[in-house]
Amino acid sequence: MADVNPIAISILPLRLEAVSFAVNGVAIIDRVSLTIETGPRTIILGPNGAGKSVLMRLCHGLLAPTSGRLSWNVPERPGERRRQAMVFQRQMMLRRSALGNITYALKLAGVSATERKAQGWAALERVGLAPLAKRPARVLSGGEQQRLALARAWALKPEVLFLDEPTANLDPGATAEVERIIHAIHAAGTKIVMSTHNLGQARRVGDEVVFLYQGQLKEHAGVDQFFTTPASAEAEAFIKGELPWLYNDVDSSSPARRLR
Amino acid sequence: MDVISEAFSQAIRLIGTLDDKLIEIVALSLRVSLSAVAIATVLGLPVGAGLAVAKFPGRQALVVMLNALMGLPPVVVGLLVYLLLSRSGPLGSFGILFTPEAMIMAQTVLILPIIAALTRQAVEDAWNEYREQLTSLGARGWTAALTLVWDIRFSLITAVLAGLGRAAAEVGAVIIVGGNIDGVTRVMTTTIALETSKGDLPLALSLGMILVTLVLLLNAAAQSLKQLAERRYG
Repeated sequence: MADVNPIAISILPLRLEAVSFAVNGVAIIDRVSLTIETGPRTIILGPNGAGKSVLMRLCHGLLAPTSGRLSWNVPERPGERRRQAMVFQRQMMLRRSALGNITYALKLAGVSATERKAQGWAALERVGLAPLAKRPARVLSGGEQQRLALARAWALKPEVLFLDEPTANLDPGATAEVERIIHAIHAAGTKIVMSTHNLGQARRVGDEVVFLYQGQLKEHAGVDQFFTTPASAEAEAFIKGELPWLYNDVDSSSPARRLR
Repeated sequence: MDVISEAFSQAIRLIGTLDDKLIEIVALSLRVSLSAVAIATVLGLPVGAGLAVAKFPGRQALVVMLNALMGLPPVVVGLLVYLLLSRSGPLGSFGILFTPEAMIMAQTVLILPIIAALTRQAVEDAWNEYREQLTSLGARGWTAALTLVWDIRFSLITAVLAGLGRAAAEVGAVIIVGGNIDGVTRVMTTTIALETSKGDLPLALSLGMILVTLVLLLNAAAQSLKQLAERRYG
């Protein structure tokens, strides 16, 4: 958004070099090398259990890689205001008002007491929650809580916003509303990195796709290219909604086959 | 049966007349136990919350020890505080043995582990729930601990109540460090113990009824506050 200082050096690109994350010797993320650049909305796509959530948590610093290297263009320093934010699948709202949840986040970000309220109200306005500002956040509906989470993240004016399947528990109406807000956040200048297993959503929201399968990066391509000519067999099978282990039934003259 | 019903009716009459001596004893009991709860809460909440979010070697052992201390026998606490406060003890120069202050100190020592251990458990559960969100927002250490304490403030009432229940009900610690001196350090539980052994059942019974009623009322009040808060804040 306009307030993001254009002169300051961007924290992007984010570079992952052979990043792995293993639990008890089992690799959840398996040697992923990837560069996330400024600009396009990145969709992390893959079936359940592909490692999408873990990959986002590694990027956001909630988990540390067990091997490999993950580096931002400008390294984060503890105690400094974070320049990235994350919205989770299931929101954790504090037992405060909707507005209170935003001003709390702003306080942690070091925003002065006099400005917190105004910024909090503005954030609620942007997602259409201003009429509910004084309501306890935990009694809001699932869709409202997710919009509140987006408002909270947006209020922090992050350079990068990670969204972990933000609409997984929502009905179509609330999903459309969340997608509209994500577009607005992107339009205001924040880099979007979102995970989903929903192909329709990936096409609607994404500019480029990072396709994960069993913890491995199978493809990183523009949305159109990914959906029309997937380069990997797993991606093609996923797009066709087929079960991977039945892949042998897929026409062997398909582009994916030929590219292998 | 007659002795019991006679004692009951006398006890009710004693409560009804608001006997001076009775009121004095009840007031001292409340003063001692509520002071101990206040001090133990001020100390126990930060200790429990800090232990919940902190990571350091030996943390697990400390948690086990704290939990074990919840079962500390009151007479042992009384004995320890007695040794500390006795004339030759390290805190003997304060000269507060056999005063209400000594009783407050003993009860504080008794219930501090209870409040701290229950707080630790509640805050740790909340921390597991909020950890990712708070870390994402940049809250760590004491900031996170305070956020969690405030967020589960109504659940923590239970921890404080457990401490109050223990303090109000114990005899062993206050009788050792207070000495059960008439008009000075005599509280409900010590009076009940003394009067029963002397055979003055009505006084003992009336104090017992007041004690149980007070504990019941406090718990009812806390429970409704908690339910109100749950409806309000989710």
